[in-house]
Amino acid sequence: MMKSNNYFGNWGGSFIPEVLHETFAQLHRAFREIKEDPGFWEEYKSLMATYSGRPTPLTEAENLTSHFGGARIFIKREDLNHTGAHKANNVMGQGLLVRRMGKTRVIAETGAGQHGLATATMAAKFGYDCTVYMGEEDVNRQRPNVFWMEKMGATVVPVQDGSKTLKDAINEAFRDWVTNMDTTHYVFGTACGPAPFPEMVAWLQAIIGHEIQEQIIAQHGSLPARMYACVGGGSNAMGMFGPFLDNPDVELVGVEAGGLGLESGRHAARLCGNDASAGIAQGYKTMFLQNEDGQMLDTHSVSAGLDYVGVSPILANLWEEKKVRFTAATDQEVIEALDLTMKKEGIIPALESAHAFVQAFKDAPSLTADQAIIINNSGRGDKDIFTIAHAFDDPSWKEFIIKRAKQYDTTRN
Amino acid sequence: MTMSRLEQAIIAKKKAKPLQLMTHIVLGYPSFEANREVIRQMVENGADLIELQIPFSEPMADGPVILKANQASIGGGATVEDCLTFAAEISAAHPIPFLFMSYFNIIFRFRVERFLERARLAGITGLIIPDLPPEEGDLFYKQAKEHDIAPIMIFAPTSSEERMRELATHGSGFIYCTARRGVTGKHSSLDSSFDEYLATCRAATRLPIAVGFGIQNQGDMVHLLGKADIAIIGSKMIRVVDEQGVNGAGPYIKSLLEPVS
Repeated sequence: MMKSNNYFGNWGGSFIPEVLHETFAQLHRAFREIKEDPGFWEEYKSLMATYSGRPTPLTEAENLTSHFGGARIFIKREDLNHTGAHKANNVMGQGLLVRRMGKTRVIAETGAGQHGLATATMAAKFGYDCTVYMGEEDVNRQRPNVFWMEKMGATVVPVQDGSKTLKDAINEAFRDWVTNMDTTHYVFGTACGPAPFPEMVAWLQAIIGHEIQEQIIAQHGSLPARMYACVGGGSNAMGMFGPFLDNPDVELVGVEAGGLGLESGRHAARLCGNDASAGIAQGYKTMFLQNEDGQMLDTHSVSAGLDYVGVSPILANLWEEKKVRFTAATDQEVIEALDLTMKKEGIIPALESAHAFVQAFKDAPSLTADQAIIINNSGRGDKDIFTIAHAFDDPSWKEFIIKRAKQYDTTRN
Repeated sequence: MTMSRLEQAIIAKKKAKPLQLMTHIVLGYPSFEANREVIRQMVENGADLIELQIPFSEPMADGPVILKANQASIGGGATVEDCLTFAAEISAAHPIPFLFMSYFNIIFRFRVERFLERARLAGITGLIIPDLPPEEGDLFYKQAKEHDIAPIMIFAPTSSEERMRELATHGSGFIYCTARRGVTGKHSSLDSSFDEYLATCRAATRLPIAVGFGIQNQGDMVHLLGKADIAIIGSKMIRVVDEQGVNGAGPYIKSLLEPVS
């Protein structure tokens, strides 16, 4: 296979239909221009400061630290970003790019709904038309985000094909794009897909890691021993890890969705575990959860945002080069870590982000008090109230839902 | 370079039949038995080439009809091995060129060399892979040619003339020109801008020109006569069989060819 600078080691590339050739050529040019223009990064930083509350804080979790009695635990608060997740970083950056390219409509795929929500927000602010594709299963899991997207003027299209999750939403967004590329930019939500998306999304998300570099020196006096991020597509992990990749003293840990366990076949772990293999789909080459013939498998995770068959080609390369350690957290462990974090720190991580907390909690006791670890709290968990309340089997919540449903039922009659 | 078997077959028929017809099926949909009968009717009623799609779970370039057929076929248990075995049987039974259409992951997973060898043995003469542009597939397309399997390049209305010339250097057999943007399935309006596009395609290559995406009725066939060498019927073919059963295939093919024969 022909190698180009679209590759990260053996991974990545640009497997796109001919109809998009020109569109991608334009996107490559536009991305090169913003990378070389220092004014763009300043514009981006200023937009994120005034609209999204950046820099997000680095919070020392003192109670969790004393609970585990090992490393000093810090939490990077991407949950405090506008719209409640790191997704806003990438989206606002691409929003500025869309303006430079002179397009008037944006489309996006979304799993957990956070990327869709962020895109709808950006579209409202910049005055773009917006359509969001979302797997039907995810629409059902993440109804509150659908509500807000629609309220901000976006059209949400439930995707009923395939496994009705993130990968199917990506396919559907591509089908829209191959028809409407002249007016429309596809705001890819994670560091996956055809080049230049993986690099572009990782570059925009690196705002997280750049802030951490300054914050941890100011608050701890030295670099962290380890950093933890959950890995679905991989954008929050790349954003956190990117600026630290050349620093061998900082161990980088990516945590995938272990679902019901790595042996159960019901998970979404591509890089740890043995179920994934090299493949080419959705425009890029990476490790996919697929069968022998190359048909993609159904994945499972309690968190919609990690429930995806592929993973960033940049992370696949870092995995192969052993520069990032990959582990998995099960659905059950995630709920426990979430519970502990709420009780000890008053912080509600998203189900996705709680995966990173699981591994950090496992490791913390074996480190010393002069060592710092940082967990990327990539999003806030209140959007998951239906799933979390269900997982906790919370009786008063159930009672509330039943009462409310009855109310609506009476109104309807 | 010697001319591919596929191009030879097209050229041999060209005088007698100025607009040839390539039909399409999704292997294993609704079943291999149905495929067998549909193909028999296609050939008997004048189909000149047949495109056999090996199903893939993520058919990015296909619209709803072919997407659902892919899913149903995989859901019904069709494997790549089944498709190769079936192709060998069917190409031995009928004296027209058969091509494979699929996405690159199917070939990549089967292993490139092994797939090409099996496809050659199965009598396959061409390959259409919409997600493998020459920037990624250059080496693979060379290997395919070594197996005398023609890599079919795709031109789109968004391709510049310069791009078309570049693409043509990688292809053989014929060029697949998509009639419009978008995915398979929706009817295309063949207007004057389409004619200009087709003229650009023609100027960019010495290979025969095939037109697909939204070609559905006699009017489309008449419009293409004299402008293209091959008309491609994809989603509509599946819809006809879905609606009328396998016995609808023959009469539909016959009616399409009637005004251009």
